[in-house]
Amino acid sequence: MQIEKAIVRTHELVGGDYRELVLDASATAAGSVPGQFVHLRVPRLDGSVLRRPFSIYRARDGRLSILYKTVGRGTKAMEAIAPGDTVDIIGPLGNGFPLDEIGENPVLVAGGYGVAPLSFLAGEVAVKGTVFIGGATQRDILCVGDFESLGWTVQITTEDGSLGEKGLVTQALDAWLAEQQGTAPVHYACGPDGMLRAVGDRAVAAGHTAWLSLDKHMGCGVGACLACVQKIRGADGRVGWKRVCKDGPIFEASVIEWDA
Amino acid sequence: MCVDIAGIKMKNPVMVASGTFGYGPEYADLVDINRLGAIVVKGICLDRWDGNNVPRMIEVRGGLINAIGLQGPGVDGFVESYMPFLRQFDTPVIVNIWGRDENEYEEVAARFDDVEGMGGLELNISCPNVKEGGIAFGTDLAMAADLIGRVRKRTSLPLIPKLAPNVPQVGLFAKAAEDAGADAVSLINTLPAMVIDVETRRPVLTNRVGGLSGPAVHPVAVKQVWEAAQAVSIPVIGMGGIETAEDALEFIIAGAAAVAVGTANFTDPTTVINVIDGMAAYLQRHGFASADELVGSICE
Repeated sequence: MQIEKAIVRTHELVGGDYRELVLDASATAAGSVPGQFVHLRVPRLDGSVLRRPFSIYRARDGRLSILYKTVGRGTKAMEAIAPGDTVDIIGPLGNGFPLDEIGENPVLVAGGYGVAPLSFLAGEVAVKGTVFIGGATQRDILCVGDFESLGWTVQITTEDGSLGEKGLVTQALDAWLAEQQGTAPVHYACGPDGMLRAVGDRAVAAGHTAWLSLDKHMGCGVGACLACVQKIRGADGRVGWKRVCKDGPIFEASVIEWDA
Repeated sequence: MCVDIAGIKMKNPVMVASGTFGYGPEYADLVDINRLGAIVVKGICLDRWDGNNVPRMIEVRGGLINAIGLQGPGVDGFVESYMPFLRQFDTPVIVNIWGRDENEYEEVAARFDDVEGMGGLELNISCPNVKEGGIAFGTDLAMAADLIGRVRKRTSLPLIPKLAPNVPQVGLFAKAAEDAGADAVSLINTLPAMVIDVETRRPVLTNRVGGLSGPAVHPVAVKQVWEAAQAVSIPVIGMGGIETAEDALEFIIAGAAAVAVGTANFTDPTTVINVIDGMAAYLQRHGFASADELVGSICE
């Protein structure tokens, strides 16, 4: 982990309302693994005291990139970042997806910009699996080509049916899981809480391992402020807060205690 | 820039504020802890405490509002998990302590007397986020004086009550703390605040209210420190919204003998080092031989 003054290489729309910000950030990129994030100080955002966390999308050859969608004041201000600008990042932060027991038949489940760390993951493993990418409309479906070029099977769902199957990503996942009888696909998922919970509940019920990357509003990003906590059941059965930034952001579905 | 604050010897008058620097290890990769004047760790009560439900923090214009609710590992958890780490550094450790009632405050203070490597105790009588206590003590003059006096009897460590900003005459509280045996006072704690989501018409924070910190509170803090410093002869530690050396120097000129960097640790962890270096450069530029010469030098 370090603070790095990264230089913006490119900053472009990659589909819908999503942008990819590519940085020259050799120190941060060198140590990054899929599932980790960077904590970015948004340039020229007056009166802002908090950084914004973003999953790492790519980290290779001294470059590091993130994918984001404009959802609030911080990301709105990020739209003005231009090539050549300096961006202050802290990273890599958090823990990566556990990949030691990925198995022969992994399944990735992505919602919106949650696809970013899963694309990074697919590029770092030898096995080829199946990825489910879901979104509200076709404008929310990203990175399909990343997976296809790696030889992964891609299944797309949109809530309005504008691309792929119509419905929720979990409906397509259910149909696929029904065909996988006798196997135990390891799940990796990143997306909105509702999607993560649905994926996690299915995996827990079926006895599958599911690694979920949680997305929480963060303060410090390094485990000091205790803003981004999640209730997690420990090995002793006791439920307590864990810091998403430091102890996560990846947690196994069976230990997460979701709010009612 | 060496200073002696209530018997705590610091290599410079710049510390990190409670709740914004964890217990030390969190920032150790990013900040050289040996360069800090002192490290004030996050609030500790007797036993493990889970704090409030999420969401616990929201950014606002010029700052943030937090309602963490003093989550912490308790005295034993802190001493076992963090003191071995903190003892490695040549930097005084000040532990921020709190209790749910007077007895717990006393008990926590007493427990730290035998802990090796302790620099002092900051007595949190002003946290807005725990219903069980905290700010009730900090905004009631008689209760504050009584609590400080009781804790004073139970500890031989330097005792630094942390004062609430939301009182009509903060000088009275500072003086009451001095009379009750405090070795120094620190201020300001966060300002009680809230944010409402107009779409849902619900408070954004689960605790409904929280404490405002960050650059928005800086001028309020300077005024409160200026008033407190005139009321007492013990050292005053000034904090609230420091982002630059100039922000810190305002506190010193207003009468603070030392300062603490808080929320800015989140914004840019290098802030505290920049403040130390910037303060040294200012003293040299203006011909001050020491930081002490600048304390309370306001021209009125």
